Amino acid sequence: MRDLSLHILDLVQNAVAAGGKNISLLIEEDEKKDFLTIAVKDDGKGMTPDFAAKVKDPFATTRTTRKVGLGLPLIDMTAERAGGRLDIASRPGRGTTVTAVYRLSHIDRPPLGDIAATVKIIAAGCQGIFFRYEHRKGRNVFVLDTKQMREILGEEVDFGESAVMEWLDGFLREGLLALDKTEG
Amino acid sequence: MKSLEELKKLREKLQSDTKLRAADGIKVIVGMGTCGIAAGAREVMAALMEEVKKRGLAGVVFQQTGCIGMCEKEVLVDIILPGAPRITYGNVRPSDAGRLVAEHVINGQIVKDLVVAKSV
Ligand SMILES: Nc1ncnc2c1ncn2[C@@H]1O[C@H](COP(=O)(O)OP(=O)(O)OP(=O)(O)O)[C@@H](O)[C@H]1O
Ligand SMILES: [Mg+2]
Repeated sequence: MRDLSLHILDLVQNAVAAGGKNISLLIEEDEKKDFLTIAVKDDGKGMTPDFAAKVKDPFATTRTTRKVGLGLPLIDMTAERAGGRLDIASRPGRGTTVTAVYRLSHIDRPPLGDIAATVKIIAAGCQGIFFRYEHRKGRNVFVLDTKQMREILGEEVDFGESAVMEWLDGFLREGLLALDKTEG
Repeated sequence: MKSLEELKKLREKLQSDTKLRAADGIKVIVGMGTCGIAAGAREVMAALMEEVKKRGLAGVVFQQTGCIGMCEKEVLVDIILPGAPRITYGNVRPSDAGRLVAEHVINGQIVKDLVVAKSV
């Protein structure tokens, strides 16, 4: 995986596959404490403590089409290499929170990559799921909430519709730019 | 600045839009398991969305799915037209998006050299 935005897509795909109906993504860049945190939370089917404990091992997968799961082991590897770690908190029937922490300034920390592209695809492709994205950088916060979009657009509009995606694209790119600009 | 206000205006526009929703019921599904993502699924999805937008098609629905076990053929894209079998394309690259949309989504012609499976 080239960058963290692809790992994020992977984590959200896991949350969707687990049947999550409310999925949230938090990205926090804390320059003072030198941490980058990525947390994906869902209310899907969850995992037993036993399974959650060994899921960083590629041979722990409930998938039936391939013997190994790659997503979490890969993320675990990049986080450890960048002075961080991967945490999985899960309760069967309740949901899962996967948190990856990196040292922000670590030379082996992959770049965040194209977060806007990742979030746009999640928001446009998540039929029947509420997705909330919050990005904190210093004192700045950016939020995209598909529940709010749904309230504005009504039930009948598909977020995969091109006019909506165009709006998403602009909203995300300008919002993320503003996170940087007003910093400090 | 793109704002929620603008989204409200968009709602009015979408509702008053009487243009024929010729693409209603068409589904495009991209495989987004780890293998798909690593092979470039996000870029393929973005390219397909861009093609649809460029051609002003309303009603095409995009979805993502996990790995279906043909990892070596990722990126996998399924196109489903109403009343037609589900066509699975493999080894799709962003540069194939134009052909898939123009030939299959719009004209209903299967892009033969990219097909890996067909199911009802
Ligand atoms: N959010 C989640 N909720 C419930 N179970 C999860 C969640 N994330 C991961 N799992 C479990 O952990 C296993 C391993 O996940 P991982 O992402 O490493 O591989 P995978 O999703 O099975 O395959 P892939 O290589 O395509 O990602 C999954 O098969 C699933 O059983
Ligand atoms: Mg996975």
